[in-house]
Amino acid sequence: MVDHAPLPFRPSISACPACDAGSLAVNVATRGQASDAPRLALSLPGIHCGACIASVESALDGHPGVTSARVNLTLKRASIEAEPDVTAAELIALLKNRGFEAHELDSSAIAATQTDRAGRDLLMRLAVAGFASMNVMLLSVAVWSGAADTTRDLFHWISAAITLPTLLFAGQPFFANAWRALKHKRLNMDVPIVLAITLAVATSLWETSLSGEHAYFDAALTLTFFLLAGRYLDHRTRAVARSAAEELAALEVPRATRVQGDEEETVRIAELVAGDLIRVRPGGRMPVDGIVVEGTSELDRSLLTGETVPVFASTGLVISAGEVNLTGPLTLRATAVGKDSSLHQMADLVAIAESGRSRYTSLADSAAKLYAPGVHILAALAFVGWYLATYDLRTALNVAAAVLIITCPCALGLAVPAVTTAASGQLFRKGMLIKHATALERLAEVDTVVFDKTGTLTMGTPEVVNFADLSPQQASIARALAFGSSHPLSQAIVNAAKTADTPLAEVSGIVELPGYGTTGHWGTKTVRLGRADWVGAKVLTDTSSFLQIGSAPPIALRFHDSLRPGAQNAVRALQDNNKDVHLISGDTPGAVAELAQRLGITHWIAEALPAEKAAKIAELRDAGRHVLMVGDGLNDTAALATAHVSISPATALDAARVASDIVLLGSDLTPIAEALTLAQAATRRIRENFRIATLYNVIAVPLAMAGLATPLMAAIAMSASSITVSLNALRLKMRKPSEATRR
Amino acid sequence: MNILVYLIPASLVLGGLGLLAFLYTVRSNQYDDPEGDAQRLLNSDWDDHPKP
Repeated sequence: MVDHAPLPFRPSISACPACDAGSLAVNVATRGQASDAPRLALSLPGIHCGACIASVESALDGHPGVTSARVNLTLKRASIEAEPDVTAAELIALLKNRGFEAHELDSSAIAATQTDRAGRDLLMRLAVAGFASMNVMLLSVAVWSGAADTTRDLFHWISAAITLPTLLFAGQPFFANAWRALKHKRLNMDVPIVLAITLAVATSLWETSLSGEHAYFDAALTLTFFLLAGRYLDHRTRAVARSAAEELAALEVPRATRVQGDEEETVRIAELVAGDLIRVRPGGRMPVDGIVVEGTSELDRSLLTGETVPVFASTGLVISAGEVNLTGPLTLRATAVGKDSSLHQMADLVAIAESGRSRYTSLADSAAKLYAPGVHILAALAFVGWYLATYDLRTALNVAAAVLIITCPCALGLAVPAVTTAASGQLFRKGMLIKHATALERLAEVDTVVFDKTGTLTMGTPEVVNFADLSPQQASIARALAFGSSHPLSQAIVNAAKTADTPLAEVSGIVELPGYGTTGHWGTKTVRLGRADWVGAKVLTDTSSFLQIGSAPPIALRFHDSLRPGAQNAVRALQDNNKDVHLISGDTPGAVAELAQRLGITHWIAEALPAEKAAKIAELRDAGRHVLMVGDGLNDTAALATAHVSISPATALDAARVASDIVLLGSDLTPIAEALTLAQAATRRIRENFRIATLYNVIAVPLAMAGLATPLMAAIAMSASSITVSLNALRLKMRKPSEATRR
Repeated sequence: MNILVYLIPASLVLGGLGLLAFLYTVRSNQYDDPEGDAQRLLNSDWDDHPKP
């Protein structure tokens, strides 16, 4: 089994600190603990039908030690209760035999999404508010149609009896939010909402006790219902994204192989301590910082530095967590684990950068800033005006309540969530995961796009450039030497040879020397394929491998990184839309220049250190640019957090995904350009919604201030504006994708 | 109009029953896997006797 050992690093620098940090903290806390009855979780991307459920469940149930197994088709997951000695690996093999692809999920990392408490809580409040508002609305219809005297009073009293407990239960999120804002001496949307609800209920109660004509119980409840609907939509959108993001994280089960004497045992990374001996097999990722004590190999450092050229590793080399071991098994002595590792120090950079971004005010917040004081001033003016004109406290209070109810940001509360839900759903289908609430708005403002090279624009898998220059004989020898090796460069040679239909030369006695290359005998001559210094060639600047036949001078095989699908399209589409495209990489100038030329990018920087990447983005930001950073490596995390908005591919390191606002699920980059246009359309739609809501107010507020508003008018204005706004948001969803990109 | 004294509470109770039923479905995780439940319904494995 290949060591699947990612990083013990989960900085609490998530996109939305308030909502994600908690669950991440729980992850960290629960990660190290081993529970008595292991609850295994498997991701089953291939299941799609009822028959799949039945066969997966019966296969799992039939396995000895499994007490129960349940498949969730919506999440494409299976959760399994089993004896402690049942491992995920054997269940995965079992399912593979039945033809189902399965991956282990870190069950502690997805536990948070299993029961979405906050969502359920909101849904219950929404249901109660819906039920109560419908009933009160029915009673109000009777009053509006002419119920008078005792009947009206009875209906008002029943309405009051329904409204008061409902508001106490369903209105809690608003009361809590408004209280929090007022405590910090700020105003948010919830302050006018709470004031309107309280004042409406208070005056209605007073009116009812005096057998008055107007009561606003129905308005107070409908308001709560619509606003809760907005909150729930908002929550759903984020919960879906969060659950998908957590699944990505959970797919990397953090384990390492610890060596004790002659024995090897697989342990969780959290259990490692400095001084432990750890074996990392080829293909595995370094779980900790350490020093190589045994073995030779080559390391891929591209996720940390962006460099594509593999680094030679032998006894005494200091390695950092996150590097990937390529050829030979290595044993290392851990020098720093968890918080002390070099990964964690990167988190400090990210935290500093992150503090800059929190300054962004969302459209809803800036609308609230204008709106909340305006509403209060209008209501106060109406109250004072009417009081001075009539010296009647009851009339003045009634008018003030009417103004507050009519202006209450019911449509405003729906304007943003309705659009974000529609847009996020569309982007999700294109393979983009919006993690942060305001990411869409920020994406719409982008005018400069900065790409990382390795792993972002390129796949991080090499491709031979000059295979055709080799003579057929040389090519066939190269293929034979590369054939048995798992080194990425060797595999690139094999692939190139396969496409060129090169035959396999008869090379005998092939030996792979980890960290150096492969050697063998071809006829009487010794043939070698490997590093420049090993075959005695001059080291080239770009990634290369050398083939030496006998004592002839070595021939260079040069490699470049294969492009990620859609990279060319994405860059061209962005440039067509007048976005500035930059390329910042930690790789050598030669490799970066070559790629920039291939993609037609004029601004590029090579050999950039992580701090320099972030500094360059800060420089662009200070020049008034809104930067979108697309990157995948650890060396990009600071830059991702500094940028106005950031995207990372699903293949990125956990740390990079956490630091970015949007995760690209597929391997294709094309959706990035489409997302930008969709985000612009969505933001336009949000502004349109604000305008519609304002229009309703402009018509209704003068009437309310003149004392002409009735509860019926308030109910109509409120429902009509909410429905118009929601329909307008849905228009975004119904547009065809081609239209959205053409825009 | 005295009939209202019975009718309004009766309608509220009936509506309330619906609300309680909905709350029960939410609390017992019946919305966790809508797709899977739709498929399980068509499965004939446990048609004759309940799952042990």
